[in-house]
Amino acid sequence: MSAAKDMGFTPNEMMTIAASRALKSDDVCFVGIGAPSAACNVARLTHAPDITLIYESGTIGTAPDVLPLSIGDGELCETAVTTVAVPEMFRYWLQGGRISIGFLGAAQLDKFGNINTTVIGDYAHPKTRLPGGGGAPEIATSSRQVYITMAQSKRGMVEKIDFFTSFGHGEGGDHRKRLGIDTAGPTLLITDLAIWRPDPATKEFTVVSLHPGVTRAQVQETCGWVVKFAEALDETPAPTELELKTLRDLQARTKAAHQGTAKGKAA
Amino acid sequence: MVKFLPLKEAVAENLHDGDTVAFEGFTHLIPTAAAHEAIRQGFRDLTLIRMTPDLIYDQMIGMGMARKIVFSYVGNPGVGLLRRARDAIENGFPRSIEVEEHSHAGMANAYEAGAAGLPCAVFRGYRGAGLAAVNPNVKSVICPFTGEVLTAVPAIRPDVTFIHAQKADRKGNVLVEGIIGIQKEAVLAAKRAVVTVEEVVDNFDDLHPNLTVLPSWTIAAISVVPGGSHPSYTHGYYERDNAAYLEWDEIAADRDRFQAWIRKNVIESSADDFVGRVEHLRKAA
Repeated sequence: MSAAKDMGFTPNEMMTIAASRALKSDDVCFVGIGAPSAACNVARLTHAPDITLIYESGTIGTAPDVLPLSIGDGELCETAVTTVAVPEMFRYWLQGGRISIGFLGAAQLDKFGNINTTVIGDYAHPKTRLPGGGGAPEIATSSRQVYITMAQSKRGMVEKIDFFTSFGHGEGGDHRKRLGIDTAGPTLLITDLAIWRPDPATKEFTVVSLHPGVTRAQVQETCGWVVKFAEALDETPAPTELELKTLRDLQARTKAAHQGTAKGKAA
Repeated sequence: MVKFLPLKEAVAENLHDGDTVAFEGFTHLIPTAAAHEAIRQGFRDLTLIRMTPDLIYDQMIGMGMARKIVFSYVGNPGVGLLRRARDAIENGFPRSIEVEEHSHAGMANAYEAGAAGLPCAVFRGYRGAGLAAVNPNVKSVICPFTGEVLTAVPAIRPDVTFIHAQKADRKGNVLVEGIIGIQKEAVLAAKRAVVTVEEVVDNFDDLHPNLTVLPSWTIAAISVVPGGSHPSYTHGYYERDNAAYLEWDEIAADRDRFQAWIRKNVIESSADDFVGRVEHLRKAA
């Protein structure tokens, strides 16, 4: 989006910063790798210094100086309050109800917050075999709420996902309740163009705020379902200087660290 | 009794064609040297179990050694897809493989049940998830006290588990620290366990009392292989070689380039080469 670039930040930076703002210092956040990890650490380095970040490798209360490439980079353990075994992570901490926010990314997402990271095409004969769920199926149902962040595209935001890796609101409405799932599920979606919240009754994601310079048409053009907009549409506040500097410094440190171990070249 | 053996012998004595085997390491302490030794010895028809198959299973699958994989995340963490595993699943190359897919919670619970000697694990999982429909090993049980419907998956009981760890003492007790992942459960769930370590020390007398130590009598064989988890890492010894994970994405994308890499770095190499691969990853003291 050239409009946002003219403002001195990119759509992806706006996405990460908007996502970071949703987190609070008293949150206990189970961090998915990729976009969620950047947002969670920007939150920790700006307005939410006491946030507890948990990665599925068992690192609880971690404070990495650079973004980890994997969920199990050594620095996560070195800076954590404690590191537990993986069965304990999933049994006591996640299943035990200790996580306030599960923060997930998505390869494919539908309007009810259901996520596919497993296959494109048929499961038995996939067109593309994706990595799969990892911790996500239980993060999506055992965290008290789920936040999702992803860049918009017609391939990514689809009417019907190919596989239910993690359950959001299913077919919408009270589908979670009907399955006996007592957590709130997806309550927030942050994309590179907008902030979305589920409709209280239908649970369909609805745009509640457009990022600066973004039009309704742009949101619709990059989304595979017919987009609903809230009647009172906000404009997301632009990134502050501190937010931008924090994110860019973090990404620069990360890039240097991950290529620093290269003998020859890195991608 | 645990035996200290050269890796070549430890693998030959404990792994056999057709075995169900786990090479575990949750990002940390991945037993790469042991997996490469298995590739050199050319085992066939293995059932490969691992939460995060990662590069070593991509390599073993690419060499046609696997009949089946049991996993919960078949990706290159932080980088993307595992391209040899994809080629096998999507195109049956170099052979078709059976897939049993779980979530991390499912695998972690199943290993724990294996270590606990239970037939299955019971937990709250796979709710609304598509895996419950495509994996016949995801079933449900009803809690006899509350009536809640819970998930059950069969325990994991490998014929043999391979892990990497920091160190052994002279008696063969093994210390695992840092991100301990599923190392303890994977060893205790298996009929036999083989551990590669960075070094052997005289004793563990001054260790903190609650550290994860696997007693010598839970382990069949120990091999000393400094650097043996590269490009994964060993907490306290060397860092993860993130650049190598990024590079793997390109190597594995091409069948011929993959074969050439395996020939040079595995077939024509040995366990002794690992120490040199981590030299640039050791932190300045």
